[in-house]
Amino acid sequence: MMVFWEGYALPALILIGWILLIVVPLLVGMALLTWYERKVLAAMMLRKGPNVVGPFGLLQPMADGLKLLMKETVIPSGANRAVFLFAPVLTFTLALIAWAVIPLGQSESGVWVISNINVGVLYLFAISSLGVYGIIMAGWASNSRYAFLGALRSAAQMVSYEVSIGFVLITVLIVAGSLNLAEIVLAQQGGFWNWYWIPLAPMFVVFFISALAETNRHPFDLPEAEAELVAGYFVEYSAFPFALFFLGEYINMIMMSGITAVLFMGGWLPPLDVSWLNWIPGPIWLALKIAFLLFVFIWVRATLPRYRYDQLMRLGWKVFLPLSLIAVVAYSGVLLYAGWLPA
Amino acid sequence: MPDGRTAAAAPGDLRSGSRSGPGPGPGDVEIKNLNLNFGPQHPAAHGVLRLVLEMDGEIVERADPHIGLLHRGTEKLIEHKTYLQAVPYFDRLDYVAPMNQEHAFALATEKLLGIEAPPRGQAIRVLYAEIGRVLNHLLNVPAYAMDVGALTPFLWAFEEREKLMGFYERVCGARLHAAYFRPGGVHRDLPAGLADDIRDWRAAFPKVIDDIEALLTENRIFKQRSVDIGVVDARDALDWGFSGPMLRASGLAWDLRKAQPYDGYEAYDFDIPVGRNGDCYDRYLVRVEEIRQSLRIVDQALDRLETLDGPVAADDNKVTPPKRGEMKRSMEALIHHFKLYTEGYRVPAGETYTAVEAPKGEFGVYLVADGTNKPYRCKIRAPGFAHLQATDFMSRGHMLADVCAIVGSMDVVFGEVDR
Repeated sequence: MMVFWEGYALPALILIGWILLIVVPLLVGMALLTWYERKVLAAMMLRKGPNVVGPFGLLQPMADGLKLLMKETVIPSGANRAVFLFAPVLTFTLALIAWAVIPLGQSESGVWVISNINVGVLYLFAISSLGVYGIIMAGWASNSRYAFLGALRSAAQMVSYEVSIGFVLITVLIVAGSLNLAEIVLAQQGGFWNWYWIPLAPMFVVFFISALAETNRHPFDLPEAEAELVAGYFVEYSAFPFALFFLGEYINMIMMSGITAVLFMGGWLPPLDVSWLNWIPGPIWLALKIAFLLFVFIWVRATLPRYRYDQLMRLGWKVFLPLSLIAVVAYSGVLLYAGWLPA
Repeated sequence: MPDGRTAAAAPGDLRSGSRSGPGPGPGDVEIKNLNLNFGPQHPAAHGVLRLVLEMDGEIVERADPHIGLLHRGTEKLIEHKTYLQAVPYFDRLDYVAPMNQEHAFALATEKLLGIEAPPRGQAIRVLYAEIGRVLNHLLNVPAYAMDVGALTPFLWAFEEREKLMGFYERVCGARLHAAYFRPGGVHRDLPAGLADDIRDWRAAFPKVIDDIEALLTENRIFKQRSVDIGVVDARDALDWGFSGPMLRASGLAWDLRKAQPYDGYEAYDFDIPVGRNGDCYDRYLVRVEEIRQSLRIVDQALDRLETLDGPVAADDNKVTPPKRGEMKRSMEALIHHFKLYTEGYRVPAGETYTAVEAPKGEFGVYLVADGTNKPYRCKIRAPGFAHLQATDFMSRGHMLADVCAIVGSMDVVFGEVDR
């Protein structure tokens, strides 16, 4: 019994505790993000945004969530029920499990992360690639033309931009000399001028734009282009399955911002390596950086029109892919000849 | 469609050599085009447009607009109302710029009656016709931007539209359904202080246009989405019966305010913006410039109103109602009032086609009078109707997203298309 307790049950409980420690703030953060988006967007549009439910409208996301929970789940008669219901679950789950490898901070006892695997970058890449399945399944199972077109667009788009994201990741890991996310962060130590956004500035831009495309955000929100496809792949969804898609999408936004912060903005590190900034815990710095990146997400949404499908493909394959490919060669060449390759 | 337009001849057969003879062979795959029902419940359908799109993937092969979902029988209803009672129906046609429609009806009736609005009434009409043009373009320009995905200009423009509708309300009591331009002039004079407020608005407004332009005009994505989309050359524009900004974007400087001026437009100094390529981008630019030109006319109309005094409606009590005070004193005025608001006035037999340059194009009224107090026939020529029929020709071979841009740039409002 003792062996079972010490060998299995206790570690499992600790792990569940860790997971809850990440997932609960994440869900709260996601709710706040919808509020944040509406407020920022409203300010940019000279509106007020939600301001009735709760102080400053802060409880608006809760009201929306509650409303969605109480609605009836409508399943279209021609739909494939099992796939139709599984798709949002998949999207939501994938959005959550990616957080297993994001390092949130560091103390003497080690890095604060659920699973400090040494191929963290690959894991993230794999998870975000799987994300497209939720969308394809939703589009196909809905048995609707709008949803189907949305799903096709989304599949093509996510695959295209993943390629350049892959090359950007390669440059980062060549410079950092590790696939472990915590080590990538630690390689950027010493103040904000050491973060990779300066030495890898073009890659930072390519990565951020690809992140917009990857999360189906403006100006790449073709899969759910309101003007054309009404809501795209989730046009047939209602009530809680819809809420799951919504949650998944916003958590994906937070995750992509998190990855950008880890790869290019020094993760949990403070902008200056001075003691009073180091007292502020790492997760807070990470959250601040994520909040800033999310602000840019929303800012872009308020400012830019939407690309057309073929223009988006052209940008992905004819601009970003060659650019990131050249960058991989250029950065590795410079590192090799200057002898700056990490050991 | 016979055969359902199935592309049976498409080389969809990947296993080469299995095709023998005409009919589909054993390994042939029959490829069917995708039929997409775009609207009437669709965010980009601009009201109740129903487009049946036949698509090859994302490419539109045929666009078939279906109309009539907002048909209210306006023309028939007008036949059963007196001339004055017919005025409000015109507000309900293009509800984006109501007074411009009333303008056409008022002018047509005046022509048959052989009267003219007094100078002050004409200046007020010009002022409000141009405010209507700004109202319309302030809806269409950002709505088009919304169709290509830019969200913010819409809200900025609506802020200004609110103010303009406030001016509508102050002059006639209603924000939309004004019934203000009436045969013989306008209903009432401007209330005190309104002219100054319009001047204040006019001074602050160009900033908003500049802001909207800053977000759109030179934006690369916006240009990629609009340049060379839905190109119409001058010949085609004439053949399809285009008018207004749609025609001018194709390079023809045709504007009824210049070509056959009415209500003293010949005395106003303004330019006609003309496009060069006839694509969505040119239509956008023409409309933005028209807003600026309208502001010039607003200035001039306000200046004119300062110097012009006198009545705002024709001084003919057989057509325009007497003053309230007069009715208390004069038996004749009371009888006039009673007759005008019960029986209405009789219009001598005759017919006329009178058109105005509405914000969307040439808005015409073909009015046949038979000497009674009701029109015998009132045919309405709505610009949007002519524009909408070009949907198929303009969007063929474009992508789905371009159809939204094209429909957005046509500036159709279904109140006037369906009537």
